[in-house]
Amino acid sequence: MQTFDLEANGLRALNETLQAQTNTTNETAWDVVNPRGSHAIAVGLDAPIEVTVNGSTGYYCAGMNQQATVHVKGNVGPGVAENMMSGKVVVEGDASQYAGATGHGGLLVIKGNASSRCGISMKGIDIVVGGNVGHMSAFMAQAGHLVVCGDAGDALGDSIYEAKLFVRGSVKSLGADCVEKEMRPEHIAKLTELLSEAGIDADPAEFKRYGSARQLYSFNIDNAY
Amino acid sequence: MAKDDKTAPQTLPRYSNTFTPEVNAEIRRAAATGIYDIRGGGAKRKVPHFDDLVFLGASMSRYPLEGYRERCDTNVVLGTRFAKKPIELKIPITIAGMSFGALSAQAKEALGRGATMAGTSTTTGDGGMTPEERGQSERLVYQYLPSRYGMNPVDLRKADAIEVVVGQGAKPGGGGMLLGQKISDRVAEMRTLPKGIDQRSACRHPDWTGPDDLEIKILELREITGWEKPIYVKVGAARPFFDTTLAVKAGADVVVIDGMQGGTAATQDVFIEHVGIPTLACIREAVAALQELNMHREVQLIVSGGIRSGADVAKALALGADAVSIGTAAMIAIGDNDPKWEAEYQALGSTAGAYDDWHEGRDPAGISTQDPELAKRLDPVEAGRRLNNYLKVMTLEAQTLARACGKNHVNNLEPEDLQALTVEAAAMAKVPLAGTSWIPGQGGM
Repeated sequence: MQTFDLEANGLRALNETLQAQTNTTNETAWDVVNPRGSHAIAVGLDAPIEVTVNGSTGYYCAGMNQQATVHVKGNVGPGVAENMMSGKVVVEGDASQYAGATGHGGLLVIKGNASSRCGISMKGIDIVVGGNVGHMSAFMAQAGHLVVCGDAGDALGDSIYEAKLFVRGSVKSLGADCVEKEMRPEHIAKLTELLSEAGIDADPAEFKRYGSARQLYSFNIDNAY
Repeated sequence: MAKDDKTAPQTLPRYSNTFTPEVNAEIRRAAATGIYDIRGGGAKRKVPHFDDLVFLGASMSRYPLEGYRERCDTNVVLGTRFAKKPIELKIPITIAGMSFGALSAQAKEALGRGATMAGTSTTTGDGGMTPEERGQSERLVYQYLPSRYGMNPVDLRKADAIEVVVGQGAKPGGGGMLLGQKISDRVAEMRTLPKGIDQRSACRHPDWTGPDDLEIKILELREITGWEKPIYVKVGAARPFFDTTLAVKAGADVVVIDGMQGGTAATQDVFIEHVGIPTLACIREAVAALQELNMHREVQLIVSGGIRSGADVAKALALGADAVSIGTAAMIAIGDNDPKWEAEYQALGSTAGAYDDWHEGRDPAGISTQDPELAKRLDPVEAGRRLNNYLKVMTLEAQTLARACGKNHVNNLEPEDLQALTVEAAAMAKVPLAGTSWIPGQGGM
């Protein structure tokens, strides 16, 4: 286990060190101490390493992650795991806005609540939220899965493309072109898999599925207001 | 005189200057279809432009340089503020962002080839980076757009610079459209979208709002790319003084301002013609913002929107820009709207020089299309050669004008070298009306 004191050594040194790790590195476990809400912690990683951040972070923690597992023992600011390509990011606490924004792959687990626009423009990432998500979550979501074990705020899935949304609690309102859909066996199976990978204990049978009505796929003047 | 006397003098039919034949045709089209007009390109209306300025040249009090012999440099370095690896261009003319999707892969390759031969950069667009473009572009700027289509850290690190696009001149405040005809298998895969749907690109970034957030976003991009790449911030011309100030505050190495004549692949005509301000009106405001921050020349300014010739380049530089960027002109140079396709333009209800239905994907020139048969019409090697020729001519023209003003570098041109032919241009460019010392709004007579 390597320990990195962020306050003592600075952000540039942290990211440079973690980004220098390769697929064959022996230094696979990293402990980051004194994060103190810094922005851009552990961004642009591309190696099968495990990074534990002991404390809360600012914006864009684990941004554009590839392969790495980043575990935050605290809360995260806006844009955690934004544009993640692969790997896994786990947040023990709550997440601010835009969690998992535009992510192409990998798994983001938020054990607490996520604020507005969780999964905005997601492009293949899987996101599991233990609590609630705020308004406009999964806005223009293109691909991937968003699992919400609590409630969802206003305008869930507004202008959604092909992402699949699972919500256990209430949905305050659905956004444009987002509708409730049938929960078929393959969806139960996928949801079971995601909950298991996220380490969250919830009964898949209690969830409802939401997705695109595909009415906005062809430009139509009746949709243009 | 009898009322039906045909020999009596008649009042001539008189068209309204308000309800012109063009306006009436649009009213009839709207009434028939119920949908607004969508098209490509930039503002077509007449606005004050570089044609309304003239260089004074040398005279009794100014010493010119000798024709094409005495040295007049054209190189420019972009990204000197923070980036470890600034971009050095041989000419102050870059190729603006145009997406693969909006343009064919052949067209993107041609732009890369031409730019590389000329020693300048080209730019990706709202669809990610293609291997053809990266392979042929010695200097490639990777756009970071609201949609984030195809965005990934591997391509980000392959780029020579990163351009955070806040807006563009054709549609400040507007997102993009790519209609289904152009969403081929490859375009769909790069954008993670179903094939054939009418696609909407977001008008605002998904994970930051305002300049304070942008500062942190730029920090993240720098951390991911090791602080190597120049970071540009591109805005549509609307509030150039404040936008430039805020971009610099957010940490930009380069500010790009795109005037309303700047093109788009597809947007509502009403947006293109009625939102944003002319290119001429934004340069001095942006320069004033840089000067107030003591950042002029430390943060470089690129101006785009309706740049057509070396005269336009020289005038933009004289007003304080470090470089210009071309999009529409580059497309024309590689073959867009070429009269040799007139019969096909006619068949599409247009004519060479006016064809702007780039969103429909049926471009006879094979440029704004994803149709493989049409795209094959464009030879990227030959088209790249034409672009290089055109860039060379623009550069020679700009040098000619700079030498006439006694400058040994095109970037040494200055506002004092210019006067305006119209009151509007004098006000916008903040140079005197020709034959006077009057700059509207600044006194003089």
